[in-house]
Amino acid sequence: MPTFVRTDKCDGCKGGDKTACMYICPHDLMKLDKDGSETGHVMRAFNQEPKQCWECYSCVKICPQNAIEARHYADIVPLGGSVQPLRSSDSILWTIKFRNGTMKRFKFPIRTTPEGSIEPYNGKPLPKMADITKPGFFTQENGFRAGNPAELIRK
Amino acid sequence: MSGTFGNPEIVQEEVDILLIGGGMACCGAAFELMRWAEAAKAETGVDLKIKLVDKAAMDRSGAVAQGLSAINTYIGSEQDPADYARMVSNDLMGITRDDLAYDVGRHVDESVHLFEEWGLPIWKTDDNGERHDGAASQNEGLPALKDGGKPVRSGKWQIMINGESYKWIVAEAAKKALGTERIQERVFIVKLVNDKNDKNRIAGAVGFSVREHKLYVFKAKAILLAAGGCVNIFRPRSVGEGTGRAWYPVWNAGSTYAMAAEAGAELTMMENRFVPARFKDGYGPVGAWFLLFKAKATNAAGEVYMETNKKLLDDYPPYGQAAVPASCLRNHLMLKEMKEGRGPIYMDTVTALAKMRETLTPREVKHLEAEAWEDFLDMCIGQCGIWVGENIEPEKKNSELMPTEPYLLGSHSGCCGIWVSGPEDLGAPTSEEYGDIPSHLPSGWNWGYRSMTTVKGLFTAGDGVGASGHKFSSGSHTEGRIAAKSLVKFALDNKDWKPELDTDPNVLAEDIYRPVRTYLEFKDYTTAIDVNPNYITPKMLQFRLQKIMDEYVAGVATYYTTNAHMLKVAEDKLEMLKEDALKMRAKDLHELLRAWENYHRILTAEAHMKHIQFREESRYPGFYYRMDKNFVDEQNWKCFVNSIYDKDGKKWTVFKRKHVDLVDKSKLFKPAKH
Repeated sequence: MPTFVRTDKCDGCKGGDKTACMYICPHDLMKLDKDGSETGHVMRAFNQEPKQCWECYSCVKICPQNAIEARHYADIVPLGGSVQPLRSSDSILWTIKFRNGTMKRFKFPIRTTPEGSIEPYNGKPLPKMADITKPGFFTQENGFRAGNPAELIRK
Repeated sequence: MSGTFGNPEIVQEEVDILLIGGGMACCGAAFELMRWAEAAKAETGVDLKIKLVDKAAMDRSGAVAQGLSAINTYIGSEQDPADYARMVSNDLMGITRDDLAYDVGRHVDESVHLFEEWGLPIWKTDDNGERHDGAASQNEGLPALKDGGKPVRSGKWQIMINGESYKWIVAEAAKKALGTERIQERVFIVKLVNDKNDKNRIAGAVGFSVREHKLYVFKAKAILLAAGGCVNIFRPRSVGEGTGRAWYPVWNAGSTYAMAAEAGAELTMMENRFVPARFKDGYGPVGAWFLLFKAKATNAAGEVYMETNKKLLDDYPPYGQAAVPASCLRNHLMLKEMKEGRGPIYMDTVTALAKMRETLTPREVKHLEAEAWEDFLDMCIGQCGIWVGENIEPEKKNSELMPTEPYLLGSHSGCCGIWVSGPEDLGAPTSEEYGDIPSHLPSGWNWGYRSMTTVKGLFTAGDGVGASGHKFSSGSHTEGRIAAKSLVKFALDNKDWKPELDTDPNVLAEDIYRPVRTYLEFKDYTTAIDVNPNYITPKMLQFRLQKIMDEYVAGVATYYTTNAHMLKVAEDKLEMLKEDALKMRAKDLHELLRAWENYHRILTAEAHMKHIQFREESRYPGFYYRMDKNFVDEQNWKCFVNSIYDKDGKKWTVFKRKHVDLVDKSKLFKPAKH
């Protein structure tokens, strides 16, 4: 239902107030059922509005227990296939299973620097306020292209 | 005091600069802003107070949440910003602001170079023309883009990336720049508040937490509103679970346009829409298939309709005659096949991959297969879901294509949005020709602060900026950065000015929490929680909106056609819908989020309808047709259609602004020199 949470794997992020999937879902779909009153499963997360799921997989990728998978849109897709990622700090591994049993695996890089290592202003100049109304940014990494002035026909 | 459901705690905060949204535009703004704020402090001693508010989590918010397989705007050293402005203009049928497009064009590569520095893997081409993914190329010593590295172009403007973590990386830089204390996530801003002493000036914004019973009232001197485009105002082709599989993110609710309109900001080109032709049902991207893998789209008989229907392009000079015809016209050619019964339409992946295999080594073939899958896995996993469910391997079986339901946005192949002040050094007009522009609005294309709307202190970027388009992820980040400098300048120029809200915070709270109070007051009147004469659920309200828009305002139900009579019906129905929006219920905070998203959708939809009604031609054949004015009228309608909304009288005023070219467009249509 687009994404679903497996009862045998989800641990409700160990009793915290907020699960990883609740933290990350861009559309506020994931919810923790603390007392089981909504799903019958105590301390498990669930997708509270499956018809609004974009299948962006943000919850699938972030779940520390790998408890979240997707059952693709039932009003469109024949049953039996699955597309499941395993995301590490520098790459993502996809296991793809077709309805007819065909399997494929792909691994792609996701970043070339360690997670959390970005120092946004390291080695970058501090701008001068006198430049604030001029074109260009505080840092010029050979990316600003002034353009050929002859192209501007009203100047 | 802690709040309860129905009686939220009111949290008040005053800042100098408020950023609303956490997508590419606001991440770009945050990065640029904090450095200029630091400079301002060093030089003037003024310590600006800054805050970013996002309704989701910045790591995965906005249109890039899922990732992307390409950066669609990278100019490179071989092209001029003027070439970019020309392309944007032609794709949007000639009516765009060259000043805005050109400004993005000359700045955008700077952001792309930063993404690579931060760790985004960007594919490279080696000297033999072989492609390497972004991590391998680095290990193999291929240079970075800024050092002359050659990207893999999947089109004139696009470069391929391994972009699963694109947003995560960009957000990390923005979050580091801001520091956690300046970030407020899971707070949905739903209204801007004007100044008590100047109704054409912004003084603050108000919203609520979707996690706690708290209502946030911000006062601010300057606000950047960049909360995305608009999805789900038209009935989607899939109405079950597949409703969520919108082409653009389903959480883009038109908040940018609706809040700006209510604050009095001038909107522009709200008649424009984007109807992407995509892989059917999953809405997987087609760009790499057309441009990188050189696949052709065909009708059911295998005929390439872009060739067999080519003469239709001559009906729309000069836009049909450019080397790359406008996106809407490509749809126009496809729709002819569908309407005349020659569907389904296919992407011929089988032939394309077979042809590529002819010249590749086995190693390259394996890489090619991975590339084809990665294109979807990076940005549209749902399409892979369809492929596995339907046993589609692209080298063995072709996939269907289909034009989607309409979307409103300003950053992709669309140009609706807000009218903003542009750069002053590009020759943009400073006066107006038409006389019916409301007198309080500025003349010309720049009025002091770059990226400022016609409301003093209110700025926008990304999907918010109208009459431009084709900025995509990198261009939106860039526009955020451009706006950031102006925000700092504006805040410094107004450092002694104190914002005063024109509405009391308790009144604002009453208004925002109305759906909750309505629910609590009436919930016990009936035995069925969703069926109650005293309220309407946000979901049913959305269905009503989608039905009206689909059936009367040129949705898929009528093959994107409408006319003045149908628009009049829609006008009346939308008015009643807007009245009924005041009776929405919210049974929890999650539903309160949906209620306000849908209120924003209604206003956005209304603007769309009013603009189509006003523009007496069919400017975007293939995106919509006014069958009573089924032509492009260059003489009378090659102009901007702009509007303002009066939130008290609930009335729109729609008017024309003159269009001019700042770069020579005829170059698009000349035969190639070589």
